[in-house]
Amino acid sequence: MLTVTNLNDIATQARRDIIRMVSIAGSGHPGGSLGCTDLLTVLFNKEMIHDPKKWRRDGVGFDMFFLSAGHLAPALYSQLARTGYFPLNELYELRKIGSRLQGHPSVERGLPGIHVASGSLGQGLSVAIGAALAKKLRNEENFVYVLTGDGECEEGQIWEAALFGAHHRVDRLIAMTDWNGQQIDGAVDKILNLGNLQKKWEEFGWDTLIVDGNNIEEVIRAFSEIKSLVGNGKPKMLLCKTVMGKGVDFMEGTHKWHGKAPNAEQTEKALNQLKETLGDF
Amino acid sequence: MKEIFINTGNKDTRSGFGAGLLEVGRKNPDVVALCADLTGSLKMDAFAEEFPSRFFQAGIAEANMIGVAAGLALSGKIPYAGSFANFVTGRVYDQVRQVIAYSNTNVKICASHAGITLGEDGATHQIMEDIGLMRMLPNLTVINPCDYNQTKAATIAVADYQGPVYLRFGRPSVPNFTPANQTFEIGKAIRMIEGNDVTLFATGHLVWESILAAQELEKNGISAEVIDLHTIKPLDNITVLQSVQKTKAVVIAEEHLVAGGLGELICGTLSREYPVPVELVAVNDEFGQSGTPEELMKKYGLDAISIVEAVNRVLKRK
Repeated sequence: MLTVTNLNDIATQARRDIIRMVSIAGSGHPGGSLGCTDLLTVLFNKEMIHDPKKWRRDGVGFDMFFLSAGHLAPALYSQLARTGYFPLNELYELRKIGSRLQGHPSVERGLPGIHVASGSLGQGLSVAIGAALAKKLRNEENFVYVLTGDGECEEGQIWEAALFGAHHRVDRLIAMTDWNGQQIDGAVDKILNLGNLQKKWEEFGWDTLIVDGNNIEEVIRAFSEIKSLVGNGKPKMLLCKTVMGKGVDFMEGTHKWHGKAPNAEQTEKALNQLKETLGDF
Repeated sequence: MKEIFINTGNKDTRSGFGAGLLEVGRKNPDVVALCADLTGSLKMDAFAEEFPSRFFQAGIAEANMIGVAAGLALSGKIPYAGSFANFVTGRVYDQVRQVIAYSNTNVKICASHAGITLGEDGATHQIMEDIGLMRMLPNLTVINPCDYNQTKAATIAVADYQGPVYLRFGRPSVPNFTPANQTFEIGKAIRMIEGNDVTLFATGHLVWESILAAQELEKNGISAEVIDLHTIKPLDNITVLQSVQKTKAVVIAEEHLVAGGLGELICGTLSREYPVPVELVAVNDEFGQSGTPEELMKKYGLDAISIVEAVNRVLKRK
């Protein structure tokens, strides 16, 4: 059983992976990837029932994860590689021509761990609901997890899915919002204010919980708490307060690193703040 | 003319879809269905009543319906997601593109009320761009059957095909003239009438009009070959070229805009492989309007008379 210290080490190494991948690729989305890394670390190393060697696209018999905010791909790729879905060295291939590690997740070249393409925002929650319905039809007990961004919640389809999930009582679905308050053009409040996100989800008929998404212990507790409600027919939403760019001081809390790769000097500066805990790829 | 086609009674193709869905639902437990508040219009009620746990009402929220269908499909189900053609194509193009076509999910997009024969509701609901939109997407198979029996057969057949399908059908009652309980072969054109002077390629409601046109042309000593291209993508290029090499003149008829339609598609093939004179029977660069299906077919030149006129034009250029 992994301890919180172990998980923090994995998260730190994943952050190094993200900085190095994006730096080598020369483009990508480091800010949000760093911010959601603690969440994904808990999911892939503790919470989810999965077996990378037995992975199938249809997810039968296992938990499934969907990354609706597809631009957070570097964070996902690091978790997938380090839990054994594909060779660690493939992380060098991010965004390269012919690579399975496309700029946004794709199934076309058969990357294990990816169920559906994402990146055009607002769609992953619907797809995850479909996957959860299929599990329900098969009387499977497994969970479906999905991560959306907060800016992504400006897409109308998210709220169509919110209605549908509650109406059809899709309750083995655990959605997470990476609530970092930032989007490409600036602060979410300034671009298109989402108002009271928790009230909105509650009004749409979902169980919600606000959690510090950068605190591994709290994230673990939140999963346990929200899962205790399973069986009441309501879909679940963890509203995860995160810091964009978490772990690299000059990237923290700003939208400026949403979609920009660090140069060599910035990469070195960033890596100096992130201890190599498990060995670089 | 050897072939004789008998209209066994007018029926709407959407009812063929509804009957096919029910039958394939009984045969295959993995078949599920979704609809965006148009269950009655799409004749999906029988399926919904018989298989309530396998039917998902999506409400007036088509984008989400497409996503949910993709999720069901990648998890091993065979979802038939239905609405009006306008609302499962143009309205949700990016959703269809990302989670169905690009993700190659086994979703059957079921598009009723396609084309101008939707009628009285007018241009907001009459999509005549959908074939173009859908055939541009890699991985997507595009099917547009011609009558009730063929639509029913196609609806059943697509369940056994692994991959995304756009299945297009319509609202009005039209002649039902192909065999009941036929086997539908995706991608295989059907030669309805053999002829030597000109080939009439048609899809959907225009197949019957082409047969009527061929019967009319025969009276003037013109032998027209009629080919039903129920599958637009992948196009049966072998049958198309075989026929054109024989007749050396072509008319293509469809209930769609010229832009992006079957006509342009075949013209592309012919210009590369075997250039011959071609005339198109389709709607030019304009929107439709309210009217009865018959009035609109006439007004927009989508009927047997227009096909005969197109044949007369193309034969002069032969």
